[in-house]
Amino acid sequence: MSASVENHDAGPPAAEQPAGQHSAGEHRDYIGAKLGMWIFIFTELILFGGLFVAYGMYRSMHPHEFHHAAGELNVVLGVINTLVLLTSSLTMVLSIVAIRLKRKTQSMIFLASTMVLGCVFLVNKFFEWKAKIHHGLYPGSEHLMARPPGERLFFGLYYGMTGLHGLHVTVGLVVMAIMLVLLRRDKIRHDDFIKLENAGLYWHLVDVIWIFLLPLFYLAA
Amino acid sequence: MNSSMEHEADDPHIVGYGTFIKVWLALVGLTALLVGLSVAGSPNLALVGLLVITPTKASLVFFYFMHLKYESAALKYMVAIAIAVLVIFVGLTFTDYLFR
Repeated sequence: MSASVENHDAGPPAAEQPAGQHSAGEHRDYIGAKLGMWIFIFTELILFGGLFVAYGMYRSMHPHEFHHAAGELNVVLGVINTLVLLTSSLTMVLSIVAIRLKRKTQSMIFLASTMVLGCVFLVNKFFEWKAKIHHGLYPGSEHLMARPPGERLFFGLYYGMTGLHGLHVTVGLVVMAIMLVLLRRDKIRHDDFIKLENAGLYWHLVDVIWIFLLPLFYLAA
Repeated sequence: MNSSMEHEADDPHIVGYGTFIKVWLALVGLTALLVGLSVAGSPNLALVGLLVITPTKASLVFFYFMHLKYESAALKYMVAIAIAVLVIFVGLTFTDYLFR
């Protein structure tokens, strides 16, 4: 039937079926839903892109001060958090594969693992920031204001960019909690999983942003 | 009808666990390489890491985890245009700064 149509498109079977074949009167626009998510992702790319430009400009103005300030960041924590986020991206994508293969329990376990890893990331971030603040390194602190302008800029960008990223992780955790409930209630199924897939797209975006934050902040020394 | 729907549910295009685990291993390997290059101490090597390895990692996430590889041409072009806009925006800002 429409199997040939699907052969060059990885969209789920539900997308190709006329509305109402599964449950009466239900309209699904799989492509539209995914497109909408991608457009949102573009706005996120531009948002973080602007911050990366600000970082690049200030770094080229104060190369030595950025280099020196970056030396104070905890590289080990930065790398651990990278591995945590990369692994959480894997479990997220496996959760989608599992539900497509009709393995609901497995899908829920993978999704829950993603949430646990997201929490681990935030806990690491908390301890990292706590140590920095304990050392008097936070925007506007006396200790930081006494240091050269480039270092003040570095820490301002560090808190701003990793903070905005952390906010995205938090939002991602809330979204995944909702997805977990929907999975449990069979609102996300093997033939209707666009919500989970869009949540996945968001989570991977958060991962991509971190991929860029790691070398710019933690490995910049 | 039912049997054909069953057949469609077993979509042959579901990418299996294996592919994604391999991509994850590649991402972890590239991260190790990136950290290795920056620890090696040479600023040039670290710059290569930043400009080559980081975009490679991001591409792996985009193409596999975000499923872009299996999407329609239209969506691929949209993503390409959005990234091109970002590159032009970043490029112009830097040329303005460097040559003013």
